[in-house]
Amino acid sequence: MSAEHTQSGAEILLRALKDQGVEVIFGYPGGAVLPIYDALFNQNAIRHILVRHEQAAVHAAEGYARSTGRVGVVLVTSGPGATNAVTGLVDALMDSIPVVCLTGQVPTHLIGNDAFQEADTTGITRPATKHNYLVKRPEDLARVVHEAFYVARSGRPGPVVIDLPKDIVINKAPYAEPTVQHPSYRPRTEPDLGQIAKAVALLKQAKRPMIYAGGGDITAGPAGTEALTKLARLTGFPVTNTLMGLGCYPASDPQFLGMLGMHGTYEANLAMHGCDVLLAVGARFDDRVTGRLNAFSQGSRKIHIDIDGSSINKNVPVEVPIIADAGKALNALIAAWQASDEPTDKPALASWWRQIDEWKAKDSLKFTQDMKRGGIIKPQYAIQRLFEITRARGRETFITTEVGQHQMWAAQHFHFDKPNHWMTSGGLGTMGYGLPAAMGVQIAHPDALVVDIAGEASILMNIQEMGTLAQYRLPVKVFILNNQYMGMVRQWQELLHGSRYSETYSSALPDFVKLADSFHATGMRAQSVDELDDVINAMLDCPTAVIADIAVDQAENCFPMIPSGAAHNEMLLGPEHEASGAGITDAGLALV
Amino acid sequence: MPSPTDTTQRSATISVLVDNESGVLARVIGLFSGRGYNIDSLTVAPVDAAGMHSRINIVTSGTSMVIEQIKAQLDRLVPVHRVADLTMDGPHVARELALIKVVGTGEQRVEAMRIADTFRARVVDTTLGSFVFELTGATEKIDAFIELMRDLGLAEVSRSGIAALARGTRVI
Repeated sequence: MSAEHTQSGAEILLRALKDQGVEVIFGYPGGAVLPIYDALFNQNAIRHILVRHEQAAVHAAEGYARSTGRVGVVLVTSGPGATNAVTGLVDALMDSIPVVCLTGQVPTHLIGNDAFQEADTTGITRPATKHNYLVKRPEDLARVVHEAFYVARSGRPGPVVIDLPKDIVINKAPYAEPTVQHPSYRPRTEPDLGQIAKAVALLKQAKRPMIYAGGGDITAGPAGTEALTKLARLTGFPVTNTLMGLGCYPASDPQFLGMLGMHGTYEANLAMHGCDVLLAVGARFDDRVTGRLNAFSQGSRKIHIDIDGSSINKNVPVEVPIIADAGKALNALIAAWQASDEPTDKPALASWWRQIDEWKAKDSLKFTQDMKRGGIIKPQYAIQRLFEITRARGRETFITTEVGQHQMWAAQHFHFDKPNHWMTSGGLGTMGYGLPAAMGVQIAHPDALVVDIAGEASILMNIQEMGTLAQYRLPVKVFILNNQYMGMVRQWQELLHGSRYSETYSSALPDFVKLADSFHATGMRAQSVDELDDVINAMLDCPTAVIADIAVDQAENCFPMIPSGAAHNEMLLGPEHEASGAGITDAGLALV
Repeated sequence: MPSPTDTTQRSATISVLVDNESGVLARVIGLFSGRGYNIDSLTVAPVDAAGMHSRINIVTSGTSMVIEQIKAQLDRLVPVHRVADLTMDGPHVARELALIKVVGTGEQRVEAMRIADTFRARVVDTTLGSFVFELTGATEKIDAFIELMRDLGLAEVSRSGIAALARGTRVI
């Protein structure tokens, strides 16, 4: 290294992070990253949040990223630090969340030597990230950091790993300012106007149109979500959201049909099945959305807006592909719609809405709560009350979830009018996501209410993060729907495996009230319906972190449900409705 | 619009121009194995004077929908500059090189030499009991030569996999 470089690699790293606007890092120290922690110790610009497990660091960064639209940053050590982070990385990859994960590595001369705490991090994380780097020369360090942030946040966002050998962060290194252009990675964001014209021609002719919007519209930022609402108002078309897309269109709007897919509403799924023109926005026709592919929306001509060309024609062939940023494409559609003299088929649209209203009248999310004193709490009712009480209080509220029945009930019964307020593990389905994600959200929004709607099984997967909540006085509320089962697996066992509840009973559960207490939080419990509102109010009033253990009906199943291998029009409705649906075929049994 | 019901398999020769950096080949191969795509042949080497870029030529097979998906997946890898489907984009030339060891004596050896002449294979090594032939050409030609050698003492084959370019003035 030449003499003019006065800063160590660690100092250069922090300088580059600062220039990228980083304010918070979620991390856990270890041998290979000691020099970076030493540099962190000597500065105040970047705040470090010490998690209790590296997986949680990534989920926290995801929560931070999803609630702010910024890149989340993680710092972990080599070997087990990096391998523990892998689940979080794949989670971020599946849900397109921008995260930069800095991993320590053994010094360059020891790489490949089976050194202590050595793992082939770039090898292991190659399929777990959007891209990854191993920095082998000090002069590459600053450039790689800037490049990693660019790759993480542009195009379809995702996680990026930078593997940092210990000698690289110790030795002196030169600094490089962020550069404007990447040599090869320049994702297309502007729509092709020819395709926009084709799309508008299709939309104008539509008799039974449907807009299906996903997480990509939220990733596009306010421009994406505002344009979606504007287009829906302009056209009068019905809108459904994917699990990832909830909040991108206001749930309280009369044109909103609720979530679609495996546990989506009757009206959303039947409208998907019966529409004649389908506009997909930032959604990827995932198997949880489509059901049986060869029966998926067979009568519709399809338009697909996605920034990732590989999402188009992957599962479902579309007639008009538009590779672009969702906001830019939607605004181009709005402009072309307004410029076109082509009339729309108003009578057909009106009759389509009458049909949709008939489906809506089925009230597919209906449940019956026994309101008598001592009545068993229905999980849906617990979420409905949580929603109503938080809405009445008017405080900005963020919801995260774990994975399972409670997640689906939260998606069905907690309604979002704004984007970036709903954080859930959609693609990977990671139990243990919600608590650390809530932590990241609370760090980004210290004055907001952050609730992790959890199940008693999922919450135990990252329960150690209660320690982090205590250390940083983060008043996250953990709202456990406790049915003493891994509920969604139990539901599938009931429906598909003759009620043989193999290993899904949550035996030997901790006393969650005492558990909260031992982690310096407040524990509370609701056993019956008459206690529910008091517990929710006490939880919301409590200045500290809370675990609210809500004992709910153990036998409740999540409906509606499109069984695996079935089509949208073959959905099972709950016990509130007459027998319906096609049941599960042998082929469906093999699906997940 | 590719049709999901079209199950016809086609072969595709795909050329990918990538940054010549460590791990890039692993990224491409990992994409194929991770997503269950076939690799029938693969070659890679730097192709510019500075050694900044490499060209990867992949022969794969699948339905049209799968091949479109392979191209889209390759195109979104960060170090990938260009992806071209030589099979679809127009006429192209594809060649590979093979070294073929044939062990034998007497009439078999003479016959092997005669056939090698017909195929314009060169002898690059010889002993009293063996030849190593070098043969360049289209995959089918090399397949045909190897097939003929099977009865004449074929002992070992080493093939390069294909290198391919579009015909005419077009470049990747």
